Amino acid sequence: MSALEIHQLHKSFGSTHVLKDVNISIASGEFLILVGPSGCGKSTLMNAIAGLEPITSGEIRIGGEDVTWRTPAERDIAMVFQSYALYPSMTVRGNIAFGLEMRKIPKAEREAAVQRVADLLQISHLLDRKPSQLSGGQRQRVAMGRALAREPQIYLFDEPLSNLDAKLRVEMRTEIKKLHQRLGTTIVYVTHDQIEAMTLADRIAVMRDGQVQQLGTPDEIYNNPVNVFVAGFMGSPAMNFVDAVLEGGRGNYALRISTPGQEDLVLPWPAERDTDALASCVGQKMLLGLRPEHFSEAVGHSGAGTAMAAVIGVVEPTGADVLINLPLGEGEVTARVGPDCHARPGERLELQVDMRRAVLFDPQREVRLA
Amino acid sequence: MPINTTQVPAHAGARGHSASASLQSWLPRLVLAPSVAISLFFVYGFMIWTFVLSLTNSRMLPSYHFVGFGQYARLMANERWWVAASNLAIFGGLFIAICLVIGAGLAILLDQRIRQEGTLRTLYLYPMALSFIVTGVVWKWLLNPGLGIQAMVRSWGFDNFTFDWLVQPEMAVYTLVIAAVWQASGFVMALFLAGLRGIDDEIIKAAQLDGASLPRIYRRVILPCLRPVVFSAVMILSHIAIKSFDLVVALTGGGPGYSSDLPATFMYAHAFTRAQIGLGSASAMLMLGGVLAILVPYLYSELRSKRDV
Repeated sequence: MSALEIHQLHKSFGSTHVLKDVNISIASGEFLILVGPSGCGKSTLMNAIAGLEPITSGEIRIGGEDVTWRTPAERDIAMVFQSYALYPSMTVRGNIAFGLEMRKIPKAEREAAVQRVADLLQISHLLDRKPSQLSGGQRQRVAMGRALAREPQIYLFDEPLSNLDAKLRVEMRTEIKKLHQRLGTTIVYVTHDQIEAMTLADRIAVMRDGQVQQLGTPDEIYNNPVNVFVAGFMGSPAMNFVDAVLEGGRGNYALRISTPGQEDLVLPWPAERDTDALASCVGQKMLLGLRPEHFSEAVGHSGAGTAMAAVIGVVEPTGADVLINLPLGEGEVTARVGPDCHARPGERLELQVDMRRAVLFDPQREVRLA
Repeated sequence: MPINTTQVPAHAGARGHSASASLQSWLPRLVLAPSVAISLFFVYGFMIWTFVLSLTNSRMLPSYHFVGFGQYARLMANERWWVAASNLAIFGGLFIAICLVIGAGLAILLDQRIRQEGTLRTLYLYPMALSFIVTGVVWKWLLNPGLGIQAMVRSWGFDNFTFDWLVQPEMAVYTLVIAAVWQASGFVMALFLAGLRGIDDEIIKAAQLDGASLPRIYRRVILPCLRPVVFSAVMILSHIAIKSFDLVVALTGGGPGYSSDLPATFMYAHAFTRAQIGLGSASAMLMLGGVLAILVPYLYSELRSKRDV
């Protein structure tokens, strides 16, 4: 049974359409991440799920029940806010117990619940402090504790880590993942950080302009993006887009990339990845999407990729690997190679391109062709 | 006169340099000295002089025949002083409490994202722009049984309607409360509104999700956040209450009889019209004590909470 079902949801403020035909369904225990650039409607969608914003049309079901017109309190959800939204006048204990108190749960049960989440989140020693006496990470834990105390059907997280510093963010990310694995809760999580999305999610919904562009597992989103936006949004460094002309015919397509001042590079397209859409595009300009890790250093002739060579523009070592900027086509591409690459700017570097993982887009409609 | 020390000619040497440096450090003090002296003299000097006078037997003119705390003893035995003091307790207590309730209520209602909020806010704030004299005169007419509210309602046909607090000795002090509340509650509303606007929207959303109804959200979550606002409002209102003089003079003149006297009018009446400067000074010192009794704990707690942070 699906824990959350959103069916043809529309939302407009006056004449502005902020959510257009959103359809999402997740199973119980799944971790769904709504990701997208700011203004894409992900927070509005979250507020609609929470019941904090009325929707224009559509249906929201939680645990099989239609909750579209229920108040937030009647929906059996809990939310962790970006600003944590702790009640400043109450102690940590009061904050965690407030939701239970409003639901008229007896005092003894309330205290047991507080103790349970405090142990879970290791905040037992903070229970009698006020939120103003806590650090950012501690406030974050309390905010999560407040949500966990109620044991609702769905947890909503609205960019919960964006106010933490980089190190703490990674720690809390792991913590949230652990918590999800341990408790098996259903979570809807909003973020604009695609790394958070990739690391945490069971399923990701990539949004833009109020529409869900693609809903899928992190692997699907990363390796099989449906359009240029999804491909470009997920992944860091971002996917390289290179203009290329499609040549040949079924079974032996190839992509010709012309770089000013260099010989044309012809990359054969793997025959097993042919699609019907390609037939009508022969001779036309295409957008070839190559992730930085699709490039590798050519060592002998061992690799399975297609060989190419280019003059190195910029070398950026990150420690774990080295990012190299190369001219290719009209612009530049970034290649990610091993940390033992000692290439210098201006040198010519032999590379291999793994075309089996490359993706092809229609440059006008920006949709995936192959 | 050149003040800029960096432009000192070389031959002026070290002496010229140090002279202009010391001028630079003394100039601000020199410029500020007159105003400091004036305020020291007129505020603290007169305060001390009043204290000194309160220890003498001054009547029409100041005299320096000291009688110890005799004037204070006379004051404590003076029935009119006790009327004034108990009036202050009634007036101050009701004025502060009603202003807070009305101010907070108006602010909560205005905070519901209503239309024309700016207009309403200005409307509620307007009374604050008037002087207490104007307020007093207006309310004197309104409360006058012969031509104000009572006369109006009677002219509608309710012949038995009575609203004559202004001329009832035991009720006159409440007319002061009405007028003062009318004037000051808009200001309290502005304070509360600013406080309400400072509260994070997400806290309210969190409380909604936690299942709290709107009145409960206000009572349990929002109003406790406004404690500092309540505190400043009480501070401001209580010193308005203690200093109230013009309102009494304009509205009731302290009457009927001296039934609506406040300490300030008591002090004025004795020091300047009844040739009892010593007694007046003693009452002024007690008022000062009252203000300090409110101010000192306030400053103490403010400073302490700053240290805690």
